[in-house]
Amino acid sequence: MKPAPFRYVAAQSVEQALALKAEHGDEARFLAGGQSLVPTMNFRLTQPAMLIDINPLTELAGLKNGAGDNVRIGALTRYRTLERDPTVADRLPLIAEALPHIAHPQIRNRGTIGGNLAHADPASEMPAIVLGLGGRLRAQSVRGERWIDASDFFIGALTTALAADEMLMELELPAAPPRSGSCFMEVSRRRGDFAMMGVACTVRLDADGRCAQARIALCNAGEGPVFAAQASESLVGGAIDAARIADAAKLVQGEIEPGGSIHASKEFQRHLAGVLIKRTLTTADQRARRDH
Amino acid sequence: MTTETHDIAVTVNGKVYKRTVEARLLLSDFVRHDLLLAGTHVGCEHGVCGACTILFDGVAVRSCLMFAAQADGHSLETVEGLAPDPEHLHPLQEAMRDCHGLQCGYCTPGILMTMKAFLEETPSPDEAQVREALSGNLCRCTGYQHIVDAVLLAAERALGSSK
Repeated sequence: MKPAPFRYVAAQSVEQALALKAEHGDEARFLAGGQSLVPTMNFRLTQPAMLIDINPLTELAGLKNGAGDNVRIGALTRYRTLERDPTVADRLPLIAEALPHIAHPQIRNRGTIGGNLAHADPASEMPAIVLGLGGRLRAQSVRGERWIDASDFFIGALTTALAADEMLMELELPAAPPRSGSCFMEVSRRRGDFAMMGVACTVRLDADGRCAQARIALCNAGEGPVFAAQASESLVGGAIDAARIADAAKLVQGEIEPGGSIHASKEFQRHLAGVLIKRTLTTADQRARRDH
Repeated sequence: MTTETHDIAVTVNGKVYKRTVEARLLLSDFVRHDLLLAGTHVGCEHGVCGACTILFDGVAVRSCLMFAAQADGHSLETVEGLAPDPEHLHPLQEAMRDCHGLQCGYCTPGILMTMKAFLEETPSPDEAQVREALSGNLCRCTGYQHIVDAVLLAAERALGSSK
């Protein structure tokens, strides 16, 4: 298995990378961690005419503070860095909890969060999490830059709102607020495999312990990451008790459109979603109470 | 389509190699075919099996998911660089032999390189940590138990000798 021939350019600056992408459009691909792109090239499912290697652009990696209580993560930040950065565990606990589920150590050593989001695999954890957290993403091209809400960024399977000349530069996520709890769980056949179903949820409680906000997102539950709007909304205003959680699980099962596979039928995926909603909501609520 | 080449200089196990490579040449094939360091094995060639794991600037990576051109100016370690001299094994290799951590041996180079980086970062691991660190390396012979034993033994011996 050898990739088809292509032109390789190790980018020396963001300007050069963007100029090349503007010139070559969809014929050129950015090479970040390469952990999703290179396998498809080895299978010749992808045959880009040019690879623009952005790994030398180290200014695209790392975490910093954004506006208010937000955290900004550079697109070239590797999972390895996120796993070891105490800021992630402290301020983005949902990401910290999901990281061990993402493939294997060697893949996480190389793979980047920006590459993963731009690849937009519907079964991948990070798109669902960024959507669930209500994050936004900054795209840049020779024409300028723009921020895209996560809800507008993920269009479908392996499809994002990025134009042919745009590069994903960074993302901005809200840090976990006080009196909030989050939980990520997934079911996969083996450790590190893609999830048959995965759920990311966050809840925020008011001073009386009632749900002030809930956000539920799922991976491998549709053409892209799925935000379960009805179920999320249904939890607001009351205690997150067993009855409300059961109702939310039913709503989620109606909101998702899992594709099914030889490993998990659509019915089984819906069942898993229901089970995971109950477990993640219960855990997130407990964590939020501890955070009081 | 014309093939494009790049002149690269790569340090492998402390030795600098200068070669001209095709842009599409995988790092795994570069190490095996161009440098003739065939200790790095190639299994699935799409990032699943872990057999081709090498250290790239000290970090364990799948060499089948990188291009040789990306290694220009970087430092690699392969299984050939593990043993200090032809008469002695690396402590991890020693422990693998003592614990029967290999049978056919195809996955072993990838496991050794993965575990070398793991033990440097986690010198006193428990069994669960070893199993998690091993999760990206497939072995069809051993059932993993003896590999886990070997890694724990190597860690124990390293800690013992540093006391």
